[in-house]
Amino acid sequence: MIMPDVNISPLWLSFKTAAIATVIVFIIGVFLARVMARNHFFGKSVVEAIFMLPLVLPPTVVGFGLLVIFGKNGPLGSILETVFDMQIVFQWNAVLIAAVVVAFPLMYQSATAAFQQYDANVEKAAYTMGASKWRVFWTISFPIAWPGLLSGLVLTFARALGEFGATLMLAGYIPGETNTIPLAIYFEVQAGNTEVAAFWVIIIIALGFSAILWLNWWSKRNMMRYKSNSR
Amino acid sequence: MLDVAIEKQLAHFTLHMSFQAADEIIVLFGPSGSGKTTVLNCIAGLTNPDEGHIRLNQRALFEAEGKTLPIQKRHIGYLFQDYALFPHKTVWKNIAYGMKNESLVLDLMRELRVEHLQQHYPQQISGGEKQRVALARALATAPDLLLLDEPFSALDDKTRERSHAELLRLHRMWKIPVILVTHAKQEAEKLGDRILYMEEGALQSNLPK
Repeated sequence: MIMPDVNISPLWLSFKTAAIATVIVFIIGVFLARVMARNHFFGKSVVEAIFMLPLVLPPTVVGFGLLVIFGKNGPLGSILETVFDMQIVFQWNAVLIAAVVVAFPLMYQSATAAFQQYDANVEKAAYTMGASKWRVFWTISFPIAWPGLLSGLVLTFARALGEFGATLMLAGYIPGETNTIPLAIYFEVQAGNTEVAAFWVIIIIALGFSAILWLNWWSKRNMMRYKSNSR
Repeated sequence: MLDVAIEKQLAHFTLHMSFQAADEIIVLFGPSGSGKTTVLNCIAGLTNPDEGHIRLNQRALFEAEGKTLPIQKRHIGYLFQDYALFPHKTVWKNIAYGMKNESLVLDLMRELRVEHLQQHYPQQISGGEKQRVALARALATAPDLLLLDEPFSALDDKTRERSHAELLRLHRMWKIPVILVTHAKQEAEKLGDRILYMEEGALQSNLPK
């Protein structure tokens, strides 16, 4: 295939967005999963259902919701505008927010499973040995849950990279500003530039494929060491 | 000296427990679900009683009217029924986790005949070895009290016999109160300096036949 004349700004934009979104989602997802796994309260199922909602809703619905919240007259949008003079809609910020919201359920789900699958007594044992909550988290809970957290991390990155519907609703298609690879594919096809679209399709497939391939390889290699075996 | 007098509402009954322990092995014996492990958890600080007090060597661990000492400051060794070894750490790191002075790890390992397992992970060693590693880890912080929750239930008969002898030997050396939970009567009679028989959260005066 002859390399078409392509402006590669979507690659950089997609990568930057997916990477930053992954970091944000990882921190929030791990924190919330941890809190939810160890606490029981009235209405917990409802809260968890809300966390998982972006996974089952059509991205356009998520985008519509975000537009209502972050729009100029929306509850958060108006505060950001008046207090910080910050606009969200049709900016790069919107791309990031859309990616964070749609990818969050994947991280939350993986982290919840990762924190529930091991014996909670290992943490209690560490407490009886004098370790603080902080030390127990970093030296016991986090490393034991790490394989599950990592798979959530990869899924989050892949989902953030591929986000289309909510991004288009909230951020629109502004070249150099909000044109991520999935948006570029759509608009290049619309404009009849099939070759450019195909170029981006191949890039996206290659990225997604290698992420999953690497994760599988890594899990197999580390399975022996991490495989918990209670009795 | 351990001094326990507690009350706690559980799902199906109220736990009433009152006993004292000098440097002896006290066996908490009773059927499953009689509240034995809850007593250990209250002493260790993993859960709290509703009423009463728990004192260890004049230190208040729990006072219904006062402050509750956090788990980390109780100096209590706890051997869990499933051992709860850290699966991602070697035997050496499991034992050294709570120790300030790592030079004593090797002594403790020798004492419990696990020094050849230093670089092994818990999933690579046998049930009897896990039990000894978990015991070494519980003793590693030089606790003032040792709690053992059904420590022998997962072992085969031969290993169990050996572990019984080992516990008695260690106890002569360490001279701290030991509370051992079991539902095996023979084990209770063999190991206990005193046996406290529990049913539905309360002490019974006579052992079952």
